[in-house]
Amino acid sequence: MSQTTVAASSRPGTEDELAGMIRAAKGPVWVRGGGTRIVPPAGLEVLDTGGLSGIVLYEPAALTLVVRAGTPLAEVEALLAAENQRLPFEPGGAPGSTMGGVAATNACGPRRFQAGACRDALIGVRFVDGRGTVVKNGGRVMKNVTGYDLVKLLAGSHGTLGVLTELAFKLQPVPPAAATVILPGLSAKAAGAALRAAMSSPYDVTGAGWMPGTGALIRVEGLAESVDYRCGRLAVALAPHGAAVVERDPARVTALWRDLRAAAPLAGGTGAPWRISVRPSDGPEVVERLGGEAVMDWGGGLVTALYPEGADARARLTDLPGHATLVRGTGAARFHPEPAPVAALSAALRAQFDPRGILNPGLMG
Amino acid sequence: MQMPPPDRAILSRKAEIVARLRAALPGEAVIDDPVELRAYECDALSAYRCPPLAAVLPRTTAEVAAALRTCAEMGVKVVPRGAGTSLSGGSMPSEDAVILGVARLTRVLEVDYDNRFIRVEAGRTNLSVTGAVEAEGFFYAPDPSSQLACAIAGNIGMNSGGAHCLKYGVTTNNLLGVTLVTMQGEVIGLGGPFCDAGGLDLLGVICGSEGQLGVVTEATLRILPKPEGARPVLIGFAASDIAGACVADIIRAGILPVAIEFMDRPCIEATEAFCGAGYPDCEALLIIEVEGAPAEIDEQLRLIREIALRHDPVEIRESRSEAESKRIWLGRKSAFGAMGVMGDYMCLDGTIPVSALPMVLRRIGELSAEYGLRVANVFHAGDGNMHPLILYNANQPGQLELCERLGAEILTLCVEAGGCLSGEHGVGIEKRDLMTVQFAPADLEAQMRVKDVFDPRWLLNPAKVFPLETSAGRRG
Repeated sequence: MSQTTVAASSRPGTEDELAGMIRAAKGPVWVRGGGTRIVPPAGLEVLDTGGLSGIVLYEPAALTLVVRAGTPLAEVEALLAAENQRLPFEPGGAPGSTMGGVAATNACGPRRFQAGACRDALIGVRFVDGRGTVVKNGGRVMKNVTGYDLVKLLAGSHGTLGVLTELAFKLQPVPPAAATVILPGLSAKAAGAALRAAMSSPYDVTGAGWMPGTGALIRVEGLAESVDYRCGRLAVALAPHGAAVVERDPARVTALWRDLRAAAPLAGGTGAPWRISVRPSDGPEVVERLGGEAVMDWGGGLVTALYPEGADARARLTDLPGHATLVRGTGAARFHPEPAPVAALSAALRAQFDPRGILNPGLMG
Repeated sequence: MQMPPPDRAILSRKAEIVARLRAALPGEAVIDDPVELRAYECDALSAYRCPPLAAVLPRTTAEVAAALRTCAEMGVKVVPRGAGTSLSGGSMPSEDAVILGVARLTRVLEVDYDNRFIRVEAGRTNLSVTGAVEAEGFFYAPDPSSQLACAIAGNIGMNSGGAHCLKYGVTTNNLLGVTLVTMQGEVIGLGGPFCDAGGLDLLGVICGSEGQLGVVTEATLRILPKPEGARPVLIGFAASDIAGACVADIIRAGILPVAIEFMDRPCIEATEAFCGAGYPDCEALLIIEVEGAPAEIDEQLRLIREIALRHDPVEIRESRSEAESKRIWLGRKSAFGAMGVMGDYMCLDGTIPVSALPMVLRRIGELSAEYGLRVANVFHAGDGNMHPLILYNANQPGQLELCERLGAEILTLCVEAGGCLSGEHGVGIEKRDLMTVQFAPADLEAQMRVKDVFDPRWLLNPAKVFPLETSAGRRG
């Protein structure tokens, strides 16, 4: 349940009610889904979207789902699992995570480089902007270029352009089989080379990560015979990088990728967690420069690392193209500073959608 | 279709504007000769033509910036143009606008196989992006049918798709970064060879903005390793709805083909007469392509055959060789050419939920009879992106207007079925005035506010996408 006091929290039950609350708002509000991804700053009135919950439409034969933004992620995942379908982008998330939070943070997982992030599966939105106006964009079909793509703009906007109320997703069938090719014991650098070789192979890998102690992990999904075939070919192709072990046990395969997604080896370590997105070939270099505990995903394109609390990891990475997000902690801005012209455009967009600057002020700049 | 009346003051200053552009750019980059300008009077929506004030063809990003800055200073409208293959009139000029073509920006700037990306200038054609990387076993996935001619800049402007986007996504899912020049002449880098640049997803809103927010001069694109092989199967059906039901069952079964293409009888007959692909005599057919190693292909085709057999197919024709694959694709790939031989046609682009296919196809048949105009259907069935082709005779007075009215009815039907006006061609001028069918005033207002940010004076491709009366106050 919400940890904020009742007096400082509003929980609209309908989109209209939400629009009315935003129009009537006298000052800044903190938009909160499950409150699992970003801790609200103290003192702000909380606008809790949990009341805008429920499945609007689920059409398994069209691979389409429409939900209200406050719907818990767990409820959606259970619904889809019963039809042997899934969200393609592996959102992950703590208990209580909502679909609105998933979209507002553009959540994604190990399948990012193959199936995309939330932005790539999100095909329609409804939201209430900072003026209290209800806006819809996109729709419920897979291909749609009718007008500007505000869906992408809202995905990852962290509530600063509007409060999401309804979301349409394109889904993926769960493949019958999944396996993981493991090259045990490799360093970040050796693993990086192996992962990039796997990603450049024709074997359609859907995961390429590294955890210290475990080694390089390469996931293959699909029809059972095809998975066997591709694992075999990958083991041969990657032989120069190390001897391969193929993990086929479904529970252990699931656990490996859940651990990687959650950066499990970092749990209990000291320092603030950073997520650093770079060219895959720069991943091992990032791990080495930051010097602490780290895992790599996306073939090295994503590094999650612990860096001393209060210090700015970006200072060590200035010459590498990419960006770094401070997931939790102090001493640096959460989001990577943008070049001035880009920051100016982003600020102007926020001013258009939220002219009073009341939605999650200061969160993105 | 209407365009706003040209700005007389701009027309009267043509000589001065051309001189200013010539001063800012190398001489050969500026075209003002009326005969040469005729090449720019339309795009692939050739029913509408209008010569522009002038055309500029820069060779570098700096020259693009100089051209835009000059036009902004003089208050001249600019219409960006890739290869001019837009089917919706996205690069249709107006008399008082300068065409800014990126056709001379064609270089490959960087290829990085290790990190799976290519950086190109945006005038490069779609197919030649793949051409630059295929020797190493890679390809660029989005494959619009015009891929031999169309430019990456136009693909980004319209967020182009293609037959294979069922598996690989459309342009926006394969675009990692751009160099964008704003109407004010400012050069901005967005994204790069890494995922999700953080901050607001400006790259996501640039893609598909129909050249109204800026001019893209360079693009970083995701390239993918080519699968070991691909093979199509052709399945004929006794009725269009049965083919539609078969598509739904294949998707439901969890098989993910790279393409599921649909053709109905009028389209099959036209292509047979045109290229003799030897398609079966049936009401509808599907071409389904799967990828992988030989054994993987066999496994997927076996499952598809099992599903198809439940729908009493007229024929199932599995390709067993490269030659047979080519033959199966021949008719589909010739469909638009075949229609062109039969007469004038208008190609629609509405998308519907796959589950609504049978109903929408039936209703299109009824509308076709009501209007007395033949409609052939050929489309990407796996994602519901329809391409009804309405045949008409442009030389017969009133037929174009009749055809446009039927087109508007069919697109309205798509929206009512839960779909949208355009799946991959863009709004341009063609569907501009139908936008109110799909969007409420507040929805359009939100989109126009984005343009206000990038192009406050609405000089860039201004009379497109939004109904003229909706954008009137902003266009000045």
